[in-house]
Amino acid sequence: MAEFLSLHDAVSRYVADGATVAMEGFTHLIPFAAGHEVIRQKKRDLTLIRMTPDLIYDQLIGAGCAKKLIFSWGGNPGVGSLHRLRDAVEHGWPNSIEILEHSHAAMACAFEAGAAGLPLAILRGYIGSDLPKVNDQIKFIDCPFTGERLAAVPSIRPDVSIVHAQKADRHGNVLVEGIVGVQKEAVMAARHSIVTVEEVVDDLDTHPNACVIPGWVIDAVAEAPGGAKPSYTHGYYPRSNKFYKDWDPIARDREAFSAWLDENVYANEGAKA
Amino acid sequence: MSERYSASEMMTVTASRALANGNTCFVGIGLPSEAANLARLTHAPDVVLIYESGTLQTRPDVLPLSIGDGELCETALTTVSVPEMFRYWVQGGQIDVGFLGAAQVDKYANLNTTLIGDYDNPKVRLPGGGGAPEMATCTGEIFITLKHSKRTFVDEVDFVTTVGFGRDGTARDNVPNIGKGPTRIITDLCVMQPDADTKELTVTSLHPGVTREQVIEATGWEIRFADDIDETPVPDDHELEVLRELKARTERHHSEA
Repeated sequence: MAEFLSLHDAVSRYVADGATVAMEGFTHLIPFAAGHEVIRQKKRDLTLIRMTPDLIYDQLIGAGCAKKLIFSWGGNPGVGSLHRLRDAVEHGWPNSIEILEHSHAAMACAFEAGAAGLPLAILRGYIGSDLPKVNDQIKFIDCPFTGERLAAVPSIRPDVSIVHAQKADRHGNVLVEGIVGVQKEAVMAARHSIVTVEEVVDDLDTHPNACVIPGWVIDAVAEAPGGAKPSYTHGYYPRSNKFYKDWDPIARDREAFSAWLDENVYANEGAKA
Repeated sequence: MSERYSASEMMTVTASRALANGNTCFVGIGLPSEAANLARLTHAPDVVLIYESGTLQTRPDVLPLSIGDGELCETALTTVSVPEMFRYWVQGGQIDVGFLGAAQVDKYANLNTTLIGDYDNPKVRLPGGGGAPEMATCTGEIFITLKHSKRTFVDEVDFVTTVGFGRDGTARDNVPNIGKGPTRIITDLCVMQPDADTKELTVTSLHPGVTREQVIEATGWEIRFADDIDETPVPDDHELEVLRELKARTERHHSEA
């Protein structure tokens, strides 16, 4: 049964230094409030997993929280590079990070395999690509029935997954609507999970096939209104495309980035208990 | 070049005309998205546009900045999870055309979106593969659109993120369950297609006013020209009007908030 915690307490309890953490949300519902709480609590040596690192991991990497990144597309969508990620990879600032990169198809399958409790995911993938030469976690196997050569990657089993959603009811059951990405898979694949929500309601008011994650597979639910900004929450607020564009000059410059972090993350108390 | 349209408009309109009405198309962000939506708003109203965020049969009013903008979900027939998108819809063979861009393309239409330089010591780190590596092999065929320059059209890509025909043109030979791969590259100067035998990219159509020398100058390998070169048909007024309105709407939308 999910426990209702403040975001501060949820992160403090479930995100340990050195943990493997997946904060998911495919462009939509990116858990920025939780990411900022991780930065404020100065978590270190994290292995960060996300299909699209996006601004949230650009910020975590720039803040020195990461030692490794597992990802499949590391850009600022429609704008350009993630400059904090590039600075870490190209110049080791603020620390060097190890990267392990996949394709989207492989990561999506790996999350699904993690949720299914399987050790690996199999896909018709990576044909002719150089990615298997630089990622030793991509192997090939022969189908035992047809002989077809297929790609295999290990399933993703994070220590903790963190996702954002529209709402939870008072039992901690969570409704996810719109672009649902790999959020359900991320929660079910992880040992522990934190879900931040826009609001807690009496009744999810949903329909039979909606994407509902039962409270009994979630460890902590934290109310965090606006918790996905500057990404968006379908039905609540739109994506701030302007912020994504404005991020580019901030992230290009170490001093501008550090000042932004001081003003917008460290100076902000966050949600205490 | 006529003053009626720009070179980039010529590119977008030509790319949009490559899509047939009724095609199912997996759309990359940026230039491919612009071309695919122009097709939908002009000659191909029934083209089915699919974005990797899981939005199926989407009809955005403005071009998305990201692959998962709310606009895509709100105007889609339905939205599926990302594992379902890649497993059932891409790998399952439901997509006719994948429409891609890239940072670098080489003479065998291999695409690089990973990095410039050496993997362990990159000169420029690029975003990476995203949905492209499997899109390139699981869809029926691939269209590529990007601006023509020596920096982007290179003899050999630094890294094959997404296979065209491999380093020697044979990567698709005898591979089961694989699509045709890149069949058309549309640039702001010309259209290229792979040679039927060698798979080397060959110019098959020059845009009006563009010379062979311009293409040679902007290409990083000794580019070949087909025996019969066509002149690419010019954009018509309706296409230009729809494209300009679409871009103006998009610009206004993305400047808000």
